[in-house]
Amino acid sequence: MKRALQLIFVFALGLSTLGSDTSSARFEKLGHRLMCTCGCNQVLLECNHVGCPSSDGMRHELSAGMAQNSSDNGVLDVFVQKYGPIVLAAPTMNGFDRAAWITPYATLALGLGLVTIIVRKWRHVPAEKATAKIDDPELEERRKLIRKDTEL
Amino acid sequence: MADFGSFALILALVLSFYAFAAGAMALYAGPRADRLAETSRRAGIATFIAVTAVAGVLVVSVLNNDFSLAYIREHSNIALPTPYKFAALWSGQEGSLVFWALLLSAYALVVRVKHRVDVKLTAYASVILAAVQFFFLLLINFAAHPFSLVSGPVPQDGNGLNVLLQYPEMVIHPPMLYLGYVGMAVPFAFALGALIMRYPGEKWIAITRKWTMVAWLFLTCGIFLGGHWAYSVLGWGGYWGWDPVENASFLPWLTGTAFLHSVMMQEKRGMMKVWNVWLIFITFLLSIFGTFLTRSGLVSSVHAFAQSTIGPWFMWFLGIIFATCLFFYIKNRDHLKSENKLESLVSRESSFLFNNLVLLAAAFAILWGTLFPKISEAVQGHQVTVGPPFFNNVVLPIGLFLLFLTAIGPLLAWRSTSFESVKRNFAIPAALAVLTAIVLSVAGMKPWLEWANFYSMMAVSLAVLVFASITSEFYRGALVIRNHTGLGWPASVTQLTRRNTRRYGGYIVHYGFIVVCIGFAGAAFNQTNEQELGFKDKMNIGPYTLVCQNYTQDDNPNYGSEMAVLDVYKNGKKMGTMYPEQRFYKANQQPATMVALHSTIAEDLYLVYAGRNQDNDHPIIKAHLNPLVSWIWTGAIIMVIGTLVALVPNLPADRAAPRKSAPAGHAVAQNGDGVGEGHPTHVEVGD
Repeated sequence: MKRALQLIFVFALGLSTLGSDTSSARFEKLGHRLMCTCGCNQVLLECNHVGCPSSDGMRHELSAGMAQNSSDNGVLDVFVQKYGPIVLAAPTMNGFDRAAWITPYATLALGLGLVTIIVRKWRHVPAEKATAKIDDPELEERRKLIRKDTEL
Repeated sequence: MADFGSFALILALVLSFYAFAAGAMALYAGPRADRLAETSRRAGIATFIAVTAVAGVLVVSVLNNDFSLAYIREHSNIALPTPYKFAALWSGQEGSLVFWALLLSAYALVVRVKHRVDVKLTAYASVILAAVQFFFLLLINFAAHPFSLVSGPVPQDGNGLNVLLQYPEMVIHPPMLYLGYVGMAVPFAFALGALIMRYPGEKWIAITRKWTMVAWLFLTCGIFLGGHWAYSVLGWGGYWGWDPVENASFLPWLTGTAFLHSVMMQEKRGMMKVWNVWLIFITFLLSIFGTFLTRSGLVSSVHAFAQSTIGPWFMWFLGIIFATCLFFYIKNRDHLKSENKLESLVSRESSFLFNNLVLLAAAFAILWGTLFPKISEAVQGHQVTVGPPFFNNVVLPIGLFLLFLTAIGPLLAWRSTSFESVKRNFAIPAALAVLTAIVLSVAGMKPWLEWANFYSMMAVSLAVLVFASITSEFYRGALVIRNHTGLGWPASVTQLTRRNTRRYGGYIVHYGFIVVCIGFAGAAFNQTNEQELGFKDKMNIGPYTLVCQNYTQDDNPNYGSEMAVLDVYKNGKKMGTMYPEQRFYKANQQPATMVALHSTIAEDLYLVYAGRNQDNDHPIIKAHLNPLVSWIWTGAIIMVIGTLVALVPNLPADRAAPRKSAPAGHAVAQNGDGVGEGHPTHVEVGD
């Protein structure tokens, strides 16, 4: 048991060091969390406008910011102070911005919960009650054929 | 010419109003107003002729360089090549609305000409289509007139077509997308008509499904062509940027996809009628919403038309449609009662239910993200950007869940499936998927490094799961046919598909979908490099080495250009020469990149002429190495083929291959709902 825990610890340590950032990887990562402010609506590192008035300067600012700040959030904060929150490529996890991230998942979870409850409820309804009568003999004949084909 | 166009436009408006008003009165009056109904139908057909005349005048005007028309001056110029002059029809606000009206009238023409399919239901659908047509013609006549004249002297030349649109695909992509958007009006009209008239039976749902498939097919083509255009023209190395207008095209696609799945529950088990009707309503509303988003200036987008005053028109139109749908739903909701209930959580029905839920959740997440900047502005007083990082993080997990459901759906039977059956059918596909995940991790995908790597590994593994589950369906079905007819494997698979084109065409679409997903998975391993290249300078990216052989300039009446000539080597072996180019269009004084692309099944080498060093004239080249992109386009083609197969009628029973012998217990259904329709155990009877 002790040996297994040691192995897990060593494995976890190995995994954590595998993900450490190099400078260029950090530049790529942060550059993809910022938007170009020239109005092109593109991520900073993907702005390809010929003679773009913003992106070159912002890239230099990013390099300088990375040299001055050890934390990624510190670098991004400098950009937010200068260009406003619109410079970030995605909402933050602070204040109302959190709603952007939470709402889709909350809706999906709610939907999954509702469907599960509905299905379980339906399952407990006796088949005779659950099934409404229909008066279309042609349709009923077709359904009979399908049921026959698809019976377990 | 312009006067004739204006006259045709007013005539079209009057005719569409007559088609709507007379048609509605005839429906209200009942059978005694048959002749009035017929005049309405004919007025609808005449609307098509009038709108075609309007579009024709606009095209002739652009071909004749009639710059007295403001629209032609804004969107064309003398040096513009003729094919792109056709594209001018949909490149601006006014022209694209004419194009909308033209396509809608063409769809309505088909509906009205084929009215004998179901005279009464078609009459209802025709009136609803006339109402939609009337709205667009009202808009064109009074808010976005295409024949407005320029003020002052007539200019000698026009401003030219947007440079980004001067690309062959742009002659195809917008029409396809519009055919998809506009096409959704037809199933909407049939669904609403059926609800209003309390249509007896289920025939309307079959009609609606077929029309939805047609519109969905065009929308799929339009979306992928748009992605390919963005990839080839915009020069940023990607094909999908989660731009609001891209999102707007994706929304009705998602809800339309949900409908095409859930409609099967209504046809086979009489379930989910309310759900289906609302899915169609929502799909059409989202189509209109997409059109509104492109034109209102509500959100900023590289695709959007210039800001205009037509936004409120669309808001009203959306409100009226929604109110109409809600009114008739409340009035006739008892007509939509389900005939059956779900009997098991482990069944084909519940898999469709969850599939629908996930598709709608994806649609909601995209809609939410698209509108969140405006919501944030209203709540916080400032806008935020909701860009690719948000959508990738939110939509990708939902997409992976959808892929999982795509895999298990075919393995479940209608009504109920036993755990043993699931285990038996799921074991091999699941084992293959797990094996794939292990192999990919060991082979260097390193899913623990980045979320992107993890998503990629999951996408490929789940794609294998889907592939295995669908292939097992084909295998089981074809095996039965082979045993009974003596046909070879290819013929058995063909026979199987032809007997139930909808089911197996759908599976082919799923094959295409997983190929697309594998293509998307490659994006986690994209590489880029940017470098200034002088004569004989080298640049490395992945296994490729680029050697600059020359850089040159050219000039023609439409544009001037700069180009780099680069020899491309892969692992030391010369692959050829590539020519990334940058153009400067004279009429509108705009630059554009012409990407040089070397595409293989494994990766794309994508070169962009990013600019020129002003000091030494050396070109600056940006190189992207994008793995598996060609899989996306291949997958899209497979999806289109699958949809076309699904649209083909089933092989009649009397034309199916005769049995080699007929041993007891080997009953193979000879009609379209036969082989493999329900679930795998059906086939096992004979095995």
